[in-house]
Amino acid sequence: MNTWTIVLLASICVLVLKIAGYLVPPKVVEKPAPTRITALLTIALLAGLVSIETLGSGSQIVLDARVPAVLVAAALFALRVPFVLVIIAAAVVAALIRLWA
Amino acid sequence: MRRVDRTPETRAAIRASLAVALAVSLYGVSFGALAVASGLTIWQTCVLSLFMFSGGSQFALIGVLASGGASAALPAIVGAALLGTRNGLYAIRMSPIIGGPWWRKLLAGHITIDESTAVATAQPTREAQRIGFWWTGISLFVGWNLTTLIGAIIGNALGDVRQYGLDAAAAAAFLGLLWPRLTALQPVVVAVAAAVVAAVLTPTLPAGVPILIAALVAVVVGGFNLFVKREAK
Repeated sequence: MNTWTIVLLASICVLVLKIAGYLVPPKVVEKPAPTRITALLTIALLAGLVSIETLGSGSQIVLDARVPAVLVAAALFALRVPFVLVIIAAAVVAALIRLWA
Repeated sequence: MRRVDRTPETRAAIRASLAVALAVSLYGVSFGALAVASGLTIWQTCVLSLFMFSGGSQFALIGVLASGGASAALPAIVGAALLGTRNGLYAIRMSPIIGGPWWRKLLAGHITIDESTAVATAQPTREAQRIGFWWTGISLFVGWNLTTLIGAIIGNALGDVRQYGLDAAAAAAFLGLLWPRLTALQPVVVAVAAAVVAAVLTPTLPAGVPILIAALVAVVVGGFNLFVKREAK
């Protein structure tokens, strides 16, 4: 599959899911289980992505400059520093460690 | 749409909408830069923001593509779609607020995301909810697409992104999307377990598949409603 196909197929899937919600009777959201699973699904996917983006390198797990950068980011998010500043801080930490290493 | 009377509630809804749209649009820059770094062209990056228009799904798609390239096509698409399922739930909740003919719901569908739903449902009156939804959705759509383009151009000019720590910035971006959701024991347990599952499976399974298996943690914990304090049930 080439990249354009991936981009377009994924976009169509996400768009269809949004619009499909308007066709569903509102009673479904009154049931707790689907709402709970969807919220947790978001959390599990994001957490998995944090882990793979921090530790993954191809099919290997490595500890490098990304680990301290993400720890700094976690500390800053805990201090309620705005998103963009945290992202920049994480990039700077990783870049400086690589520069000095 | 019919003319709206400007009450204190609707004015507050507009102010909230613009504040949220401005803040969130700013990280369209990081999305644009990271998307180009993961191997997309500037055009592909812009198409994602125009047509997918859902931050979590967009970041997930480029995250999985960055780890596995085009061979991770299927997990990349499934991952983006799974992260998009919550927009469908938001749509169910927004449907009675939006009302009106089918074409209005079709337009609303495209901007039914975390931010527009959050601003809308935080407003006290039905009129303010409707205004909060449309103002947040439309202003964020414009802002997010502009900043995506800016970020993509910057990312394209940077070249070797690891040197600038952009790979660490991607991990931090996911952490930033995750952080506000960790409000109780159950989400924290799911997050930690999913992170461990994804890391442990990475050396043995094809790129993109570990993240989908990590998602099963949510189905198990959510399905049986585990890790909830008794009195809170």
